[in-house]
Amino acid sequence: MNSGVNTNPYTSYMTDRIGPLPFCPGCGHNVLIKAFDKALIKLQIDPSKVVLVTDIGCIGLTCRHFITSAFHGLHGRSITYACGLKLARPELTVIALKGDGGCGIGGTHLLNVARRNIGITLIIANNLNYGMTGGQHSVTTPTGGITSTTPWGNVEGPMDLCGTAAAAGAAWVYRTTMFDRKLPDILARAIRQPGFAMCDVWELCSAYYSPQNEVDKAGLFEILDSYGFEQGLLTDKPRPEYSARYWEAFAAAKKNRKPRVTIATEYNHSVDRQIGLVIAGSAGQKIKSTATLFAKAAMASGLEVTQKDDYPITVMTGHSLTEIILSPEQIDYTAIESPDYFIVISEDGLKCAYKRIEKLTATCLLFAEESLELPTTKAQIIKISATKTAGAIDKKAIGVVALAAMLAQTGIFPAEAFKTAISRFQRPEIARTNLDAFLAGTRLATT
Amino acid sequence: MGREFLEGNEAIALGCMKAKCDFFAGYPITPASSILHYMLDLLPSTGGIAIQAEDEIASMGFCIAAAMAGRKVMTATSGPGISLYSENVGLAIIGETPMVIVNVQRQGPATGSATKGAEGDIQFTRWVTSGGLPVIALSPATVGEAYELAYRAFNLAEQYRTPVFILSNKEIGVTRESVDLDSIELPPLVERKKAGLDGSFLPHDFDKLTDVPPMVEFGGERPARFTTSTHDKSAYLTTDPLVIQEMVDHYAAKIDEAADDMALYKTDFQKGASTLVISYGITSRSAACAVADARALGTRISSLVLQTLWPVPRKVIKTAMEGVDRVIVPEMNLGQYILEIERLAPQGVEVTGVNKMDTSLLSPTEILNKGQLS
Repeated sequence: MNSGVNTNPYTSYMTDRIGPLPFCPGCGHNVLIKAFDKALIKLQIDPSKVVLVTDIGCIGLTCRHFITSAFHGLHGRSITYACGLKLARPELTVIALKGDGGCGIGGTHLLNVARRNIGITLIIANNLNYGMTGGQHSVTTPTGGITSTTPWGNVEGPMDLCGTAAAAGAAWVYRTTMFDRKLPDILARAIRQPGFAMCDVWELCSAYYSPQNEVDKAGLFEILDSYGFEQGLLTDKPRPEYSARYWEAFAAAKKNRKPRVTIATEYNHSVDRQIGLVIAGSAGQKIKSTATLFAKAAMASGLEVTQKDDYPITVMTGHSLTEIILSPEQIDYTAIESPDYFIVISEDGLKCAYKRIEKLTATCLLFAEESLELPTTKAQIIKISATKTAGAIDKKAIGVVALAAMLAQTGIFPAEAFKTAISRFQRPEIARTNLDAFLAGTRLATT
Repeated sequence: MGREFLEGNEAIALGCMKAKCDFFAGYPITPASSILHYMLDLLPSTGGIAIQAEDEIASMGFCIAAAMAGRKVMTATSGPGISLYSENVGLAIIGETPMVIVNVQRQGPATGSATKGAEGDIQFTRWVTSGGLPVIALSPATVGEAYELAYRAFNLAEQYRTPVFILSNKEIGVTRESVDLDSIELPPLVERKKAGLDGSFLPHDFDKLTDVPPMVEFGGERPARFTTSTHDKSAYLTTDPLVIQEMVDHYAAKIDEAADDMALYKTDFQKGASTLVISYGITSRSAACAVADARALGTRISSLVLQTLWPVPRKVIKTAMEGVDRVIVPEMNLGQYILEIERLAPQGVEVTGVNKMDTSLLSPTEILNKGQLS
């Protein structure tokens, strides 16, 4: 069963395991499926390397009649499975066969496979209505068309599936009908296309749409003409297939994985119980990343640490508040009910933390930027000129200034550990600025 | 390796890499997005694919198909995304698709509070799709457990050929903790059984109901079949009630009858305790503090922390309840897993929930007071 070696050619890819095709007499699906089988016979691909992907709708009954691999999924989602198969195993020939109904519910997948150019083939059995569920209107039902859900005539307009796919970037788009004698060749051509290829095949639905609207072969062509829907090859703009581009882009970026950073214990600490620290500032003050540096310094001092951040979804505006817990032992409860240390360094931070500051207890040390008007609180207040000090260095270093001041004042772990973390974990140019801020902050505490 | 400072989402990514995950598809959603970012960072350099899909439905579609084509797959989202995963979860169940689904829970319903934690999806996970067939769900309490359970989730997915949920929480997912992942003991990696070239080669082959069929993968040497429709062992649609019942019994039995084998839990029992606290997830850490506080006040009290939530570790729960008068079940929801505890509680044992759903953690004090633990 080697693909490409035609010593034992496949004379048909169909099987009568469960009997003949189940479609109504006169249904276009009968014609399409036979043409599809002929297309596969032309291509002679190992059936185990061909995956026929279908979803719900009459046409979805097809895959049971083929000897190829078959993936029958949820209504309208065949494109997603086809893409998953192709991404996982690019060597497979993956063909999605779906109806116009599926193109409605799964419209976004059509747009996105066209845009991405994932190398699957999409064949649409477009019979202008839902057959399986009783002849309801679909996204391709013509205006005025009578269906079970448009009893007074369809007031909606039909979607130009080919135009839509092309506008979304489809590399190869073909429109034709069940009456096209070249259908097997066209389908084989579509399957051979390395990128995404789509073939929209217009059909008669002999159970519902055609009899209800008296549409025959000539009528089908009239509908096509009335909308200016041209037949034939509508788009042929080959470009590299998704997987190839994925790996090319990855290789070209030469991006190595971010290294994992481990922290060895190099310092001691004087923490004998769980301690809660809250830092309240503004977006743009590097609160989060500075707090992480501080946390790593605490880890280097042998402590267990947790860090939680709170900030608005629009990350570059408003408050930025971080909670750090330090403990000599495993930390269970990760909320801070009664902070031991509170740092507030901006108006945004104060606004966000106002009620919490009001409730601080007498055992809490509150380090506050000197310009802030604090609420009444029982906490012991230590005013620091954080804004001015940082301003002389870099206003983004205000967190380092404040944390260095707090560390120098409290000695919960060596200030040296914070200094080492700055040098070790930050890019040299940022580290230089922050080391200046660290020194300035340390001095703040002693003056 | 030593201690690192990691958030739960990163630990999940590292755990799944340890389990040799090689395919990830997801759609951005707070607070799960960083798992997508980590996977994009980790996967390609090992030959794996990570992709942002157009929506949650496509995420699941990509993953299910990739899993059936031989990949070890994971996807991650939060409550709103699980709602969109729902129909495809059913497909993964009856298609017997091994896959890992991470739910970093946030306050719901609907959009709810994107950046706030919750445990509101516990029963939603069990009944995530139509039909009511069982699923497997694990719930980590720490960053370290997020790593461990992500790894174990892959093992369970492969062993039982089924979707396995990780019920994380914003409070774990985006909280950083000092953790030494290498100090965590992991079981050997479980690889999927694949159907050989001889034999029946049925996609859903089993003798005993509890047997897990070897995989017939897309891209293998012989054609594979997979279907969303009610089917027989050969993955052909069937309307035969006898066959349908047998297949349903198989999907249920392979999970439910293995409940004891996949029960992961932690116990802290005290002799003579008349009160038992049963907890899971982030709330179990508040419960641990509450139990310690109660003991300090002289109460004899035991604790059972469940890491496997589905299937319900019935034996473990029943054993833990032997000899106690009261069971306290703290949860960050209106009372969900307590329903399972009530089902299993012996007559006369009082089962009380301590519940809160205001996006903040249940505190040890709340558990202590509302649970009347002292």
